Amino acid sequence: MQLDDREPTALATLDPGPDKVIGPGHDYGTVTDEISGVVLRPFLKTPPQMFIGFACAFLLVNIFLVAVTWLFARGVGVWGIMIPVAWGFAIINFVWWIGIGHAGTLISAILLLLKQDWRTSINRFSEAMTLFAVACAGMFPILHLGRPWLAYWLIPYPNTMWLWPQPRSPLIWDVFAVSTYATVSVLFWFTGLIPDLASMRDKAGSPIAQKIFGLLAMGWRGSAKHWARYQKAYLLLAGLSTPLVVSVHSVVSFDFSVAIIPGWHTTIFPPYFVAGAIYSGFAMVLTLAIPVRRWYHLEDLITMRHIECMSKVMLGTGLIVAYGYVMEAFMAWYSANEYERYAFLNRMWVGGYWWTYWLLVLCNILIPQLLWSRRVRMTIPAVFVISLVVNVGMWLERFVIVVTSLTRDFVPSSWGMYYPTVWDWATYAGTIGVFLSLMFLFIRGLPAISIFEMREVVHHNAEAAHASGD
Amino acid sequence: MHPGTNGAGHFGAPFGLMAEFDTPEPLLEAARRARDEGYRNMDAYTPMPVEGLSEAIGFHTSWVQRLVFIAGVSGATGGFTLCWWMTVIAYPHIVAGRPLNSWPAYVPITFESMVLISCLTAVIGMLALNGLPQPYHPVFNVPEFARASRDRFFLCIESTDPKFDSEGTRAFLEELQPLGVTVVEP
Repeated sequence: MQLDDREPTALATLDPGPDKVIGPGHDYGTVTDEISGVVLRPFLKTPPQMFIGFACAFLLVNIFLVAVTWLFARGVGVWGIMIPVAWGFAIINFVWWIGIGHAGTLISAILLLLKQDWRTSINRFSEAMTLFAVACAGMFPILHLGRPWLAYWLIPYPNTMWLWPQPRSPLIWDVFAVSTYATVSVLFWFTGLIPDLASMRDKAGSPIAQKIFGLLAMGWRGSAKHWARYQKAYLLLAGLSTPLVVSVHSVVSFDFSVAIIPGWHTTIFPPYFVAGAIYSGFAMVLTLAIPVRRWYHLEDLITMRHIECMSKVMLGTGLIVAYGYVMEAFMAWYSANEYERYAFLNRMWVGGYWWTYWLLVLCNILIPQLLWSRRVRMTIPAVFVISLVVNVGMWLERFVIVVTSLTRDFVPSSWGMYYPTVWDWATYAGTIGVFLSLMFLFIRGLPAISIFEMREVVHHNAEAAHASGD
Repeated sequence: MHPGTNGAGHFGAPFGLMAEFDTPEPLLEAARRARDEGYRNMDAYTPMPVEGLSEAIGFHTSWVQRLVFIAGVSGATGGFTLCWWMTVIAYPHIVAGRPLNSWPAYVPITFESMVLISCLTAVIGMLALNGLPQPYHPVFNVPEFARASRDRFFLCIESTDPKFDSEGTRAFLEELQPLGVTVVEP
């Protein structure tokens, strides 16, 4: 079998510009070769940036292991959490990571149902991002348990104590929502991979790769009968994932809004959390896709159209989030509830965290407005920087929600301040390392763009050309 | 060669005859013609889903959605029952003066269970109905078939078809102007 490793000088990877989702001259074979070439190329032909990136990410994984070992040895006291701020970084990071995951499901499910053509070359990649982000998210509540070895107590199972979880509590809804979300994300991702694994099996040169891909492809042979059932199952998964993704972040927001803490107890939380999740998720997809398309010369498959569409979604969801902030301020005033008003004043200038609020406004509302300009959307470095800024901004949003509300509750005698320790930061940075390492391994080991769906795009384009040409 | 290659249905009889095409349209046309010709046991193999192909080979199924519907109803019922049983029967516990059967609070878990069971059923059911995982299938004996997952489109008329005969079927397939016709060893 011939591997596609084009010399850097012979780059045919022309970006077709903002109107096309695929470069010119592609047929069924070339998309297969280009995408599988990323995985099937010899180990040493991996772009050097991948080695450097993985090394950095792996360093962070080791920091994570040290931080978690210390946490297990000494307990949650190594973190900065105390009363009244008992949630701290663990919950901030949990919400941040799970929000990032949501863009993957949105791209693969909702955009599939809406028949968006620019979904195809980024869906696989974003689904993998979802899986790894949910894995990082899922660790935090368990690390935060204090006795993480008893995490199975969260699950309703018959036990000798005849104790059962409390299904009226949002925290138990969270267990169901997040575990369902993780399972469904794996199913969606793997189902999408099956036909591509068969392509990899048939193209792989080495017998070991053939065996591994063959085992995972489970004997897929592209039968028309199989495709018929496959497409039904895939569509049903998309249809079920769409309300699921909305429900998951709504349930996450219930963790806050069902409580009576001022600044948490508000009905705008579910939609505002869902929009924020999609906002940060698209930012993360851009943060990851921009370097990868460059390192692997995939500019003809992940085109400016993809970048521009994602920037627009980011701008749109960012405005919904901005509306959420405005509504919070409005309700604080309009409710005439002195606790609500104080919570808001505390956030903006009275309390010790006023600068985080204004930094969040800068990152989430002001800077992304640059995306209104087509010139900015067409400038890759600008989009990349804005995506990083939004990632930071959305993390700050969760910081503001969790920390400022908890530091000032109803009774001044219980007020306090929260300062993260080095172990808080190490755990957070560590999960970024876990996430990035898994992403690097995924891109190197599995087709990061859906091959069979790209063939459909080729077919669709050929049909369209045929219809307009003659 | 295999012993007893003559006589369909016996050990060693070919699995079928396979025609190869380089685009989906002639394959679709070939599948329709084969069906008009009276062939019933056939299958088409393509590197991506081709609209109308399963209908062209005369294949209809609605089992995936039926299974998923049943799974969704059972998941929702199970989720709700679990919450109700935990709070009313197993561990009755009054919270904030609400009735024991405080059903609005059970909605999230009911919904999540519905989605979980439906999605598991969609994927496992789809694989089971497709007979996957399947370690061996005769079509892989055709060397060209490696391109069925890349850029080639195949139509295979199986020897179990009552109308199948090596000569006649081959002549029919040749008529469709494929890139080639190959015998699929069992």
